[in-house]
Amino acid sequence: MPAVQETVERVRRIDVDQYRYGFETQIESDKAPKGLSEDTVRFISAKKNEPAWMLEWRLEAYRRWLTMTEPTWARVDYPKIDYQDIYYYAAPKPKKTLSSIDEIDPEILKTYEKLGIPLREVAILEGVEPPPGGPQTPSRKIAVDAVFDSVSVATTFQKELKAAGVIFMPISEAIREHPELVQKYLGTVVPTSDNYFATLNSAVFSDGSFVYVPPGVRCPMELSTYFRINERNTGQFERTLIIADKGSYVSYLEGCTAPQRDENQLHAAVVELVTLDDAEIKYSTVQNWYPGNSEGKGGIYNFVTKRGDCRGRNSKISWTQVETGSAITWKYPSCILRGDNSSGEFYSIAISNGFQQVDSGTKMIHLGKNTSSRIISKGIAAGRSQNTYRGLVSAHRKATGARNYTACDSLLIGDKCGAHTVPYVEAKNSSATFEHEATTSKISEDVLFYCIQRGLSQEEAVGLVVNGFVKDVLQQLPMEFAVEAQKLISISLEGSVG
Amino acid sequence: MNVVAKTETGRALGDAFAVARDRLPGKGKIAEQRREAFEAYERLGLPHRRIEDWKYTDLRALMREVLPLAPAPDAAALGRAAAAVKLRAIDGVRRLVLVDGAFAPDLSDLGKLDKGLSIRPLREVLDAGDSALSAQVIATDVSNPMIALNGAMATDGVVIEIADGTVLTEPLHIVHVASGTAPASMFTRSLLRLGRDTGATLVESYLAGEDAKAYQTHDGLIVAIGDNARLDHVRLVEDSVDAFNISSATVSLGAHAHFNTFGLTSGGHVSRYQLTVTCSGEGSKVETNGVNLINGKQHADTTLFMDHAVPHCASREIFRAVVDDRAHSVFQGRIIVRPDAQKTDAKMMTRALLLSDDAEADNKPELEIFADDVTCGHGATTGALDESLLFYMRARGLPEKEAQALLIQAFVGEAIESIASDPLREVAIATAQRWLQARA
Repeated sequence: MPAVQETVERVRRIDVDQYRYGFETQIESDKAPKGLSEDTVRFISAKKNEPAWMLEWRLEAYRRWLTMTEPTWARVDYPKIDYQDIYYYAAPKPKKTLSSIDEIDPEILKTYEKLGIPLREVAILEGVEPPPGGPQTPSRKIAVDAVFDSVSVATTFQKELKAAGVIFMPISEAIREHPELVQKYLGTVVPTSDNYFATLNSAVFSDGSFVYVPPGVRCPMELSTYFRINERNTGQFERTLIIADKGSYVSYLEGCTAPQRDENQLHAAVVELVTLDDAEIKYSTVQNWYPGNSEGKGGIYNFVTKRGDCRGRNSKISWTQVETGSAITWKYPSCILRGDNSSGEFYSIAISNGFQQVDSGTKMIHLGKNTSSRIISKGIAAGRSQNTYRGLVSAHRKATGARNYTACDSLLIGDKCGAHTVPYVEAKNSSATFEHEATTSKISEDVLFYCIQRGLSQEEAVGLVVNGFVKDVLQQLPMEFAVEAQKLISISLEGSVG
Repeated sequence: MNVVAKTETGRALGDAFAVARDRLPGKGKIAEQRREAFEAYERLGLPHRRIEDWKYTDLRALMREVLPLAPAPDAAALGRAAAAVKLRAIDGVRRLVLVDGAFAPDLSDLGKLDKGLSIRPLREVLDAGDSALSAQVIATDVSNPMIALNGAMATDGVVIEIADGTVLTEPLHIVHVASGTAPASMFTRSLLRLGRDTGATLVESYLAGEDAKAYQTHDGLIVAIGDNARLDHVRLVEDSVDAFNISSATVSLGAHAHFNTFGLTSGGHVSRYQLTVTCSGEGSKVETNGVNLINGKQHADTTLFMDHAVPHCASREIFRAVVDDRAHSVFQGRIIVRPDAQKTDAKMMTRALLLSDDAEADNKPELEIFADDVTCGHGATTGALDESLLFYMRARGLPEKEAQALLIQAFVGEAIESIASDPLREVAIATAQRWLQARA
């Protein structure tokens, strides 16, 4: 069939419209010299006024990184990254010391406003200025930590959180102000030697969020970090550390975007979660880094290490992720179920379109007695993308009574894409009960016909079916994010039908 | 690429190949192919856990070395082999026996072949210089070191050809017997070619003679199923508990062909079976079923690669593992649906039953899908025997072991039932029963 005008237009529309966050903010910035060496590591550490132990920690990671080789096992394909051609540190030039949010560079504030991220507490509190496109929820509070390139520019609701005893601040500040907590937990879930990208991150991480919830405290509001890559040729290496002390609860959201550029940019983050006895962390991500254009040019390489350690009895960690962006995603949020009766959850929607490559999944490592885990993964591949679920469920000898349920479903839209499932199920204990199921199919023609016959357009019909397909996961997201995620899904799939 | 440091026996194998090269059947092009295959093996060496396909079966740790070639069987060895074959004889089949890697005509039944059926020892085919056929037998997947090694070293086997339109009335039974008393390796390779509109049943057994203990069996089977043909295949591994069995089968199907295979592994210290099935004709159908019944320190690995290359094919895999004591069962099943293989219908189900706290079961069912109009799925479960069912039976007076045996029988039953031929199904059930009785 020759390309009709409608098709041509549709393709054009994806090109310009599909990624809404592709703008760039013109702002002066302060950068480390290009390339990576011990000097770069020292430079970053000095910029952050870090204590000596932190610099030593970084240098040790850097030296180890030099001995490691880049992993190749994931089902992703990309040109070799030149690690000397990246800026490892970029920060908006500070004019003076800030005393309130109003003194932040208006350009940055505008950027976050454009993205729909509320940094002005008051406005949101009074409901005057709801986030564009967001739901009207003036009564709901979310504390936001905004990370712009390598530094955190603002953290809202500090006072209120302090009253509850919750520490929520950029990790660079936490290193200075709460060294005892950082030293006790940093690198204990993802050791510096863990893998190539985690080691790189340990050496050069610039900022990120630090959360500590004291015993028995239920964090009074959702915490959120919003990551934005702005500068050209920079890598973003943030580090997040969340500790939920005995009997506490915290829900944490993370969002990310980047400008539209022809070059590929590296994002190698590390997230560490620790839950002690009876504590719970709920970690949600809406990842929408720039995915590259319709010819597969540009986009973010998202090579992330996320891991949670259920250290205490009856503790719980729940990961929810909506992955729609990035040229390449390489990410396995995992749970180490160490404490007896602890539980881990992983809910994921991974959508790939264009030339995107996704290799994502989870690891549930059962070590304690009566631990349980649940994995719900929905992969949707469209265009010429490749979408892989890779997961490990393992029970060690002492993990008596371990339970796992895994369901991973893939949906294919179009015949140029691929959907793959690579689960590893390892049981070393006879009382472990593992169930795994996976299906792959395309949208049933009967269902589409039914919808279209009732007056829906083809795209609306697909949107409806897909939303039904991913419903199980969307339900796990906090409400604001669920709405955003639902919209993202329809944007990601736009132009994939026909 | 890492240079593999050679161990003493690794070198010994190289020397053995250099010496044996002139004695291995086949000259000219065949010898050339063997040399290439051996070089391919040497490049990679024994597979280890860093190679993804061998993650759970690290031959460098389990096997350490490939033993040198077994000598041709003498009269005593043949005598012991005959006794072993007799013990596991199946009625109503045409028996073809390979002892220590050599075809044994006296123990085999080559009389009164059906019209359209040809059976020849591999050595004879290679020596005769039938180039096209030889090339097909020795042609080898050089990316897999163990298949490459098998191709390089194969001393004998059987070449079976079934002419178009021939439907065999009698199943063929290839029996591999290890009979030598000294530890050694045997390398065999067989070919089965089914023409158009044919039908056949092939049984393969792996047995040990009375004094054969720590031997290594390396076997390869190449099967080509023509259009509209059907092959039923049953494979029983009852090697000695100290033995290694590293085997592979490569099967291709023509249009509207049907392949039904069942494998049962209860013997061997370490076994690995690599089955590759390719649907290369539209409308073909594949049923792959397997059971592992293992205990002690056994390690049994079944690695399946189901390749849907063309549209409108269907495949079903059912796999069951029963693992006791300190045994380790591995199932890796990969279904690939190529870009044009629309309307593929592929399902895989693997279940493991752990009977002891030290047992281990690893499942890795993979889907790799490049076509959108398909229905594919897999499932995997791992667990122990259902306590409430055990209680129910024990409350009715059954001793614990007997109750367990009943549940295990039911557990593996679904896979065994897939065997089409009644007598062969009985043979498989009897083999499973023997394992359960030995356990009780």
